[in-house]
Amino acid sequence: MLDWFASSAKLSPVDRVVRSHKLRPIELLPWILAVGAYFQFEGYLPLGSQILVMIMFALSVDLVMGYAGIVTLGQAAFFGVGAYTAGIYAIHVTGEPLSGLVVATLVAALVGFVSGLVILRTHGLTLLMLTLAVVSLLQEAANKASFITGGADGLQGMSINPILGLFRFDLFGKTAYLYCLAALFIVWLFARLLVHSPFGRTLTGIRENVTRMHAIGSPVRGRLLTIYTIAAGIAGLAGALLAQTTQFVGLTSLTFERSGEIVIMLVFGGIGRLYGAFVGATFYMVAQDQLAKIEPIFWNFYIGLLLVLVVMFARGGILGLLDQVWHAVKRRR
Amino acid sequence: MTTTAALETSGLRKSFGALVVANDISFRLEPGARHALIGPNGAGKTTFINLITGRLKPSSGRILLGGDDITELSQADRVKRGLGRTFQINTLFKGLSVLDNVCLAVGEREGQAGSMLRLVGSRPAVIEEAYALLERLRIADDALRLVKELPYGKQRLVELAIALGLKPKVLLLDEPAAGVPSAESSIILDIVEQLPGDIAMLIIEHDMDLVFRLARKITVLVQGGVLVEGTPAEIARDERVREVYLGERHHV
Repeated sequence: MLDWFASSAKLSPVDRVVRSHKLRPIELLPWILAVGAYFQFEGYLPLGSQILVMIMFALSVDLVMGYAGIVTLGQAAFFGVGAYTAGIYAIHVTGEPLSGLVVATLVAALVGFVSGLVILRTHGLTLLMLTLAVVSLLQEAANKASFITGGADGLQGMSINPILGLFRFDLFGKTAYLYCLAALFIVWLFARLLVHSPFGRTLTGIRENVTRMHAIGSPVRGRLLTIYTIAAGIAGLAGALLAQTTQFVGLTSLTFERSGEIVIMLVFGGIGRLYGAFVGATFYMVAQDQLAKIEPIFWNFYIGLLLVLVVMFARGGILGLLDQVWHAVKRRR
Repeated sequence: MTTTAALETSGLRKSFGALVVANDISFRLEPGARHALIGPNGAGKTTFINLITGRLKPSSGRILLGGDDITELSQADRVKRGLGRTFQINTLFKGLSVLDNVCLAVGEREGQAGSMLRLVGSRPAVIEEAYALLERLRIADDALRLVKELPYGKQRLVELAIALGLKPKVLLLDEPAAGVPSAESSIILDIVEQLPGDIAMLIIEHDMDLVFRLARKITVLVQGGVLVEGTPAEIARDERVREVYLGERHHV
């Protein structure tokens, strides 16, 4: 875990574990930066909203993959389901945004639960293939059901009401940014509680050694299904935010590429440490934005190159690298 | 008068096609037993343990724990009823601290491991109990170190600590000192000897000195079936055992 800036006062091992969840000041840094960015980068707020959405999406992958050790390339299935649900809900039911988020989250969680029932019976490569299969099936279903999803043209024509009837979504994306930020903050609080709960600790146990978890009497499949469902809901919420703030849902939100991309973001940031999602998604989105300006056609090459470098020289991602630097500096002193 | 066995199997059989790995094993583990299971390599000792714990499903036969039929229960449900085990090859949470390893077992036993909406630190009792266990096993100094950083001998103690964190009524020890140099294996042995007398223990072991020191009863398993059962003295005298097992140990 991130233990830089942790107090190094002498504590008994029991106290250390009892206090392991205590909020460290550095954990507030992302929020200070996010609020600062709102005032500093006004022209970039739409990009900012997308980054916040991707952080939330990456966070859902981290819960499943980084904590529980379920290797998935299908998380976009739930992102896409959330996005389409929010879009269809806005067009056919009501443009009220908050209820749209709730409905999208629940529907995505339900899809996660049902697919999890099947997928989580397997593991390893089989599981990976099945996650791919789910995302492909849903993508094709969305493509075929064009009467409701808009098919390859995407889902258009949704109008979103002001939040709580008060805050209208503006052209500059100010409301959208704060809306995404508030949602991400709530999800972060929840995810943080989850990983520091006994349940969260058992997930790391399953990741580290599933055989032993069985041998200490842990209901492994139930635990995995629970986190898979929760993470699906969070991914769906992220998708719904994107749908509402861009007022468009395309088939690309439901692809294997999107699933892979989000895993790459997490690997950039550092997997299994909660804040890897924040660092990785921001880094990836900004790098993509800048590289696309410099090299409009060739930018993917540089993303790939960066990935190779991270995987070869910084297995813990950017946060892992910072951790190493921090420990090296501490030892020097 | 017969008392209820802590653990009992009757006609336990497991085959993979034509290969019979457990052949009608009927076995009793008395309450508080110190019982050793020996046999040459490939005799089916670990298979027998895996059948008892539910990692493998028997082809036929029944398993009773404290008189209750557990043949159809899941691994987790058997553990909840007091069946604990260790592994021949370390089966640990290597990337977690020693203390976390044991906390997982204690938390799971206490039925608190599923709670999502409270923090680990809100119930210090679980952590305190795990730490006390580490003190008993004399590895408390390493409580916050990652298991993968520990030398093999200490990892063997963590292996034991996790199982003890479950407070089992029946404890299956699969070669507790396997792979440990003899100087360190005596530490493990001391700890096993000092375990509370009411735990019924079944120990698989290759080291005959260890078996004769610990066990009050020995079962010899050969080719998936029970060859003979008796006190250490009886086993040491038995001609058939000498033939299939004791004679062999010189060239194992």
